Amino acid sequence: MMRHLVSAADLSRDDALLILDTAEELAQLSGRAVKKLPTLRGRTVVNLFFEDSTRTKTSFEVAEKRLSADVINFAAKGSSVAKGESLKDTALTLQAMGADAVVIRHHASGAPARLAQSDWLHGSVINAGDGTHEHPTQALLDAFTMRRHLNPGLGNDLAGRRITIVGDVLHSRVARSNVLLLQTLGAHVTFVAPPTLLPIGIKNWPCEVSYDLDAALAKTDALMMLRVQRERMNAAFFPTEREYSRRYGLHAGRLAKLPEHAIVMHPGPMVRGMEITAEVADSPRCTVVEQVANGVSIRMAVLYLLLGGAVFTDSPAEAARTETRTETNEAAQ
Amino acid sequence: MTSYLIRNAQLLGGPAQDIHIADGVIREIGTGLAIEADVDIDAHGLIALPGLVDLHTHLREPGREDAETVLTGTQAAAKGGYTAVHAMANTFPVADTAGVVEQVWRLGQASGYCDVQPVGAVTVGLEGKKLAELGAMHDSAAGVRVFSDDGKCVDDAVIMRRALEYVKAFDGVVAQHAQEPRLTEGAQMNEGQVSGELGLGGWPAVAEEAIIARDVLLAAHVGSRLHVCHVSTAGSVELIRWAKAKGWDVTAEVTPHHLLLTDELVRSYDPVYKVNPPLRTAEDVHALREALADGTIDAVATDHAPHPAEDKDCEWAAAAMGMVGLETALSVVQQAMVETGLLNWEGVADRMSHRPARIGRLSGHGRPVSVGEPANLVLFDPAYRGTVNPDSFATRSRNTPYRGLDLPGRVHATFLRGAATVLAGELVEPGELA
Repeated sequence: MMRHLVSAADLSRDDALLILDTAEELAQLSGRAVKKLPTLRGRTVVNLFFEDSTRTKTSFEVAEKRLSADVINFAAKGSSVAKGESLKDTALTLQAMGADAVVIRHHASGAPARLAQSDWLHGSVINAGDGTHEHPTQALLDAFTMRRHLNPGLGNDLAGRRITIVGDVLHSRVARSNVLLLQTLGAHVTFVAPPTLLPIGIKNWPCEVSYDLDAALAKTDALMMLRVQRERMNAAFFPTEREYSRRYGLHAGRLAKLPEHAIVMHPGPMVRGMEITAEVADSPRCTVVEQVANGVSIRMAVLYLLLGGAVFTDSPAEAARTETRTETNEAAQ
Repeated sequence: MTSYLIRNAQLLGGPAQDIHIADGVIREIGTGLAIEADVDIDAHGLIALPGLVDLHTHLREPGREDAETVLTGTQAAAKGGYTAVHAMANTFPVADTAGVVEQVWRLGQASGYCDVQPVGAVTVGLEGKKLAELGAMHDSAAGVRVFSDDGKCVDDAVIMRRALEYVKAFDGVVAQHAQEPRLTEGAQMNEGQVSGELGLGGWPAVAEEAIIARDVLLAAHVGSRLHVCHVSTAGSVELIRWAKAKGWDVTAEVTPHHLLLTDELVRSYDPVYKVNPPLRTAEDVHALREALADGTIDAVATDHAPHPAEDKDCEWAAAAMGMVGLETALSVVQQAMVETGLLNWEGVADRMSHRPARIGRLSGHGRPVSVGEPANLVLFDPAYRGTVNPDSFATRSRNTPYRGLDLPGRVHATFLRGAATVLAGELVEPGELA
């Protein structure tokens, strides 16, 4: 297992399956009266959120607490970051406080990669969503959800399963992480979006691209609807909300065209009436709530594998932390 | 004034000859010269080139002395083999008045390491709305002939047309930073395969090419001289080639980094690779090299853009755009152009000295290396192999994309009107040897 989780591309097939299988085991916990494991006792995990995010932050926090980690929430708003402190100084501060892992959500693509490559801090860096780049734990929880429905069982991948992802691919970190992880797990990905919301160069991505949602429905095992922000209209990505809904929204009529076994997914938060109607969002085929529950298991698995057990006793992170402690002691004397 | 006898230098890469410099001029050139000089330089294996001329340098003074001053910038220039640099106008305050361009010009005179030719802003405050007093800047002691809003594009077609027309009165040239502003809102890197994967806002080639297409047509229409700054795409090359074939008075420059680096480097998210225009693809690099070789692109210009550490030691989106380049330019050109067989040293002298001097109308620079000419010279060691170490730079900033990279060649000596500014690779304080 590697030290950081910055991109879904960092995960080999074996890595990804190990995380999914570990999450499956950890999910058993949530059925118990006492949901806590002592694995990360004495380890400090910082949730460093430069962007508002209730659901992802809460999900990580629950996962950290179930593993008994010391959890510190470092929200950029109201902190020194709001007063102009740089990412570097924030990282140095967290390092000085002895963070074993930093879960970072940042509005700038690449900020977690910067942290992971810098010598600003030595702990593990977990990307909780960076700009329009990636959101690897979301892709993992999506794959976890798909596997449960489409190919259940430890050790199984998603070979041959057909995943259709619809919406604002251009601005979506969920789409980027998903296409990378789903390819690793053997699934076939089709993106459906108006051409304005697809990145230049997507023809070289490991996926198919279509502008026609109706044509893709019958060949879909899991349909993932991406959030479309209303402000995109103002930049002329599409003419009106109604036109978007008509062409790319999921309503009951389109739901009926999906194969019977197919599931409907959404990373949330949903914009009801835009990319998905309330009727579909509330239907039993929609896995949104399940995805949230699975998110906790996946994040526990990631933290467990990056930080837990004996895996890291001789790691650079451990060595660096010992070093820092020694320096601090000397300074105190 | 100290006199020099340079022994066995390869003039423009030709056979070894001796060059005698005294009283600021080249006194004699020949083999086995028996002349007494104050300083003898064994230039065996070194190439002698005319002093380099940079059309595009950000010296940052006045206003951003934390990034660079005229003194440190001209020291960096001297170490890179330059004897004249054009100082861009995007200072604080902007060089849009006779007062500011004269200040920069005087700071250059005081430095003594390298001539500083200020560039004047085209529009007041670089805002693209109202012409700056171009005539006053030309008539000032700085004698401005190159005008540019560099960093910003003169995107209003009427303002651009008027500027092109107006500077004809004093043989001026408008150097355009070609960037269509609406197409590059929020742009962070070249728009293409890599930007899509990295989720960084794209800077499409068409945003540069659309402006160049418009500007060459405007220049043709009003019969003016246009210079295109830092050409970065294969499409731009085609447009400039077409305009030149029409006989229009269009010139263009390319930066060293666009001759060597591609947007694949951005995958590291290290802002040292963040620059405007952005690093493009390998196909673009190939087209730019070919264009420089065949003369479609006239000049190599550094776009030396120093930034303090904190402006690069951050996440990509927050970082400043730009790279320092004066001290590595000749080495990069050796690697990209000479060692690939695309240019010989005569060609390097043409693209880095003669042609840029002609575009800037600098009468004392870019001259032939011959008897009676002002002794603006570089001695360059092409056999040297070393690793770029920014700690050795004279520039105040360290934002080089070449840190740790092996680049060939290094400047051994630079002479500005007969006075050494660099000897044995080290700066010589002006007057030290005079």
